[in-house]
Amino acid sequence: MLPVSAPGEINKQATMSDLLRLEYRNVTMRFTDQAGKSLTAVQDVSLSLRDGEVVSLIGPSGCGKSTLLNIGSGLAAPSEGAAFVDGEQVSGPNAHVAFMLQKDLLLPWRTILQNVMFGVEVQGVPPLERESRAKALLSSLHLTDFASHYPHQLSGGMRQRVALARTLAVDPTVLLLDEPFSAVDAQTRMVLQRELAQTLMREKKTALLITHDLLEAVTMSDRVLVMSRRPGRLVDELRIDLPDRHDPIARRHHARVTDYVNVLMARLGIDEHMASGAVA
Amino acid sequence: MTASSAVIRRGTIFSIVLGLVFLAAWQWGPGLLGIPSFIIPPLSAVWHEFWRMVAVNGLMFHTGITAAEVIAGFLLGSLLGACFGYLLGMSPTAEFALSPYILGLQIAPKVAFAPLFILWMGFTVYPKILVAILIVFFPVLVNVLSAVRTVDPDLINLARAFKATRAQIFWKIEFPASLPPLFAGLRIGSTLAVVGVVVGELVGGNTGLGYLLAFGEGQANTPMVFVTILMLTVVGGIAYLAVVLLENRVLHYLPERAVTGF
Ligand SMILES: Nc1ncnc2c1ncn2[C@@H]1O[C@H](COP(=O)(O)OP(=O)(O)OP(=O)(O)O)[C@@H](O)[C@H]1O
Ligand SMILES: [Mg+2]
Repeated sequence: MLPVSAPGEINKQATMSDLLRLEYRNVTMRFTDQAGKSLTAVQDVSLSLRDGEVVSLIGPSGCGKSTLLNIGSGLAAPSEGAAFVDGEQVSGPNAHVAFMLQKDLLLPWRTILQNVMFGVEVQGVPPLERESRAKALLSSLHLTDFASHYPHQLSGGMRQRVALARTLAVDPTVLLLDEPFSAVDAQTRMVLQRELAQTLMREKKTALLITHDLLEAVTMSDRVLVMSRRPGRLVDELRIDLPDRHDPIARRHHARVTDYVNVLMARLGIDEHMASGAVA
Repeated sequence: MTASSAVIRRGTIFSIVLGLVFLAAWQWGPGLLGIPSFIIPPLSAVWHEFWRMVAVNGLMFHTGITAAEVIAGFLLGSLLGACFGYLLGMSPTAEFALSPYILGLQIAPKVAFAPLFILWMGFTVYPKILVAILIVFFPVLVNVLSAVRTVDPDLINLARAFKATRAQIFWKIEFPASLPPLFAGLRIGSTLAVVGVVVGELVGGNTGLGYLLAFGEGQANTPMVFVTILMLTVVGGIAYLAVVLLENRVLHYLPERAVTGF
């Protein structure tokens, strides 16, 4: 079993300051499609994450969740509004933000250890330090034995853990996670969710988690934000008042989890769409 | 797929048997079928001709010339092809502007340039090397270009999110990602280089295996032509093998390399 190293509920409240780690102010994003028509992907989204908060973002496919993530990581500039990290406007990639996608994006020509070191290497961290950081992360994610393996020798779940280690190695204050576990099997996903939750709690990281899995949203986060279909706006916010944010498996057993999931389903209008035959 | 040891053992035995049958058929088949030896000389005649050519015609000298031209043409051609591939791959504008000309040159039969190059440079080794460069250039260029074009944009974004510079994106992502297709291009190039050199030698000059080929033809010496073809195959085979060995070293991280390397 994994050691439960995260502090309890009371501690968590104490570490959560009012400092805004990540903030979107009136962000609108328009794209021009092939036909030259303008398409509004995201419409006037404002949201903020306090230090140490884990917030999930849910919404129908194509509502602009990944677009918001790209704006937060500085890979795309919004058409209107702006994103802020630690109060500073995001104007390009930024060392305080790191993202992780559904795809592990491991480089096949690098060993696991070298893959974990990729970000710190690019950022120019001295070799000895990057290696010690990477080794510490591999050990905390139970991957030490695989340090010199190549990605194709690992299972999907392990590769995703390596991707998490690579994301954490640059020591970001904000993690942007885009459906990080949606490509792994259900059991592995639960293990990975717990490892992520424990890491976020232990390292006091702030995270924005995009997911289609309502149970994942409820068990992993302090708050859940709901977006509408395109053009994506924030239509709802649900505070999850449950203990054990560091242990989603334990959280699953709370009686109110189902209530929260049902509320989210209702707010996403999943029942209606199913009735009308639309695809969510 | 990595072949199991049983497959390797059975395959090897089968290969050897097949080779022996072929050699036996070559030695005795023409006689049995009544084919005259100036059409298909038996193996032993070719063997004797080989030693005669080593002693009289300087076979090893000509082989050396051809091999040197192949190596020079292959190295320069692949270097140029790879450089242009990376440059065009990183500049969509340049690719768009140049693609019709590249396509045109690619369609033009490269060996047809051999007489032209000989007119320009005389009966030296240079026109032969130039034909080889031209013929190696395109498969390498095309493979590198499409490799650079198809690098997963999310990988580039990952590097960008870590604040990678353009040079870092190239050396840490694009270049290593392009190596498997680059080697595929080099394999093709290594065999094509021999074609380019031989055509150059056939067209003009008095050195190289291509010259011996034309000489043997002029003498109606069929065994000589056979020996020369065999030596050309050996030169091409060594070039190909060198590429495969290098590839296996460089791309060792790829899963399940084929045992034969083909
Ligand atoms: N670079 C782009 N150019 C044009 N349109 C784009 C671009 N990126 C995204 N879009 C469009 O913006 C909309 C939102 O896309 P986005 O990827 O953010 O959705 P999403 O909420 O992440 O969906 P999913 O849940 O399926 O991942 C989509 O309609 C998409 O087609
Ligand atoms: Mg998405």
